[in-house]
Amino acid sequence: MAVAVETQKTAALTGNEAAAQAMRQINPDVVAAYPITPQTEIVQLFSTFVSDGLVKTEFVAVESEHSAMSATVGAAAAGARAMTATSSQGLALMWEMLYIAAGMRVPVVMPMVNRALSSPINIHCDHSDSMGARDSGWLQIYSENAQEMYDNLIQAVRIAEHPDVLLPVMVTMDGFIISHGMENVELLPDRAVQDFVGEYHFPYPLLDVEHPKTLGPLALQDFYFEFKRQQAEAVHRAKNVILAVAEEYARISGRRYGFFEAYQMDDAEYAVVVLGSTAGTAKYVIDQLRQAGEKCGLVKIRVFRPFPGPELSELLSGLKALGILDRADTFSTQGGPLYLEVKAALYHALKRPKCINYIYGLGGRDIDPELIRQALMEIKDLGSEQADGVGPIVRYLGVRE
Amino acid sequence: MTLSSQTKNLLKVHQQVNVNIEPNAGWRDLPIGGVIPQAGTATQFATGDWRTIRPVWSKEKCINCHRCWLYCPDMSWISENGQIQGVDLTYCKGCGICANVCPAKVHAIEMHPEDNFKDDEVVKEG
Ligand code: SF4
Ligand code: SF4
Repeated sequence: MAVAVETQKTAALTGNEAAAQAMRQINPDVVAAYPITPQTEIVQLFSTFVSDGLVKTEFVAVESEHSAMSATVGAAAAGARAMTATSSQGLALMWEMLYIAAGMRVPVVMPMVNRALSSPINIHCDHSDSMGARDSGWLQIYSENAQEMYDNLIQAVRIAEHPDVLLPVMVTMDGFIISHGMENVELLPDRAVQDFVGEYHFPYPLLDVEHPKTLGPLALQDFYFEFKRQQAEAVHRAKNVILAVAEEYARISGRRYGFFEAYQMDDAEYAVVVLGSTAGTAKYVIDQLRQAGEKCGLVKIRVFRPFPGPELSELLSGLKALGILDRADTFSTQGGPLYLEVKAALYHALKRPKCINYIYGLGGRDIDPELIRQALMEIKDLGSEQADGVGPIVRYLGVRE
Repeated sequence: MTLSSQTKNLLKVHQQVNVNIEPNAGWRDLPIGGVIPQAGTATQFATGDWRTIRPVWSKEKCINCHRCWLYCPDMSWISENGQIQGVDLTYCKGCGICANVCPAKVHAIEMHPEDNFKDDEVVKEG
């Protein structure tokens, strides 16, 4: 769909198409990217927007993801609004540059399509790629569906570029399940997105030749630590910015976002915490269980970095039992990354639920309603008066024994 | 608080950025992400204190071919009116390139261990 959008409209789009449309409307100065399944389509579509003259973007076709992120960081340091996109092994190859982008405080925005990491080779969804990058200093926003991918990507530009933040943001969606699944997506008019993202002014652009400067210099024992402390503070400050940007976005779109979505949580006694597309399936299961009188709920984490620890703790501490679903393992014997974060967030709560972890869906293994129902029933039992201990803390859901 | 020469050098750089930066400046007072919002601050960084071997020049042997002047990565060789005047050690890291490119038959530059000069004012503080 290589046309301009003048009024708000509903279109049938895949997640990748929705991401590409958001990028077209953002109209970044520079996009440097390399193809990788299942992200390829985003950049491929975007490159047709470039050749059709629908964007004014300088498109740089690089020879690897290491170069893609290097070129994007370079462009951002020059003062450009710069974007790229990747998946899985591509993100892994960007590793070195991820930390550099965050440390240099360049507000790069990157759609990241979740896919399992080799080995064995697998092209389908799990979260091990972005979870591996969770401590790289990037902000991370997870999307449940194509609409959220679109909305999150547009908001990410404002979050990243806010002077209190100045950090790169990765916006993820589940590979194939969302990236290649078609749904109705509400697109904002091009003008509205342009007005929302606004004109961009990087505070230290290298291309401002009247004021020459150095970015990414040497800082040793005497100063490095101070710069990292600044960086940590910027991640803290991002929390307010994320909420303020969401508020403003609600005004133009009618769609409201927070750090997480609480679904049927008001009187819930037990719940699951999930990331990404699994939330859709889990909501369906929760609706069914609710009809049968079960007091179950769901929390879908949208913002994983910064992690909304205190806010989650407040929401979850009154529950009897909690299951955290992870589409990645940490291979630490301690459970998945989401589990570890949620459990840590609850540690200081005066009252806290019993917590178990489900690792599921690795390498794109389907997570069907029956599996989620099974997990929810186990969690319910765990919360009952008669429950004796917790049993296995880390459980593998949907694996063949 | 005693500071390493490295700290002093870094601070000189940062003082160019913001005159309010104190030697013990906290993270709130430093430019974001280590940006140095000014050019030419490398002149404040006397890299000569990295040196472990020092070029020693013989005026008598020198034929003024200027290869040392051309190849030195730190522009340490001083030339006036087409005549090499000697080496300014403020930025000389002791890489030895000058001694290597000085024509073998001329051999006007020799590298000597810094220890031989330890009583000297080794680095000119800028
Ligand atoms: S040793 Fe290296 S830095 Fe020093 S004067 Fe010679 S070439 Fe220049
Ligand atoms: S390279 Fe040797 S001979 Fe040539 S100018 Fe330098 S010191 Fe003199």
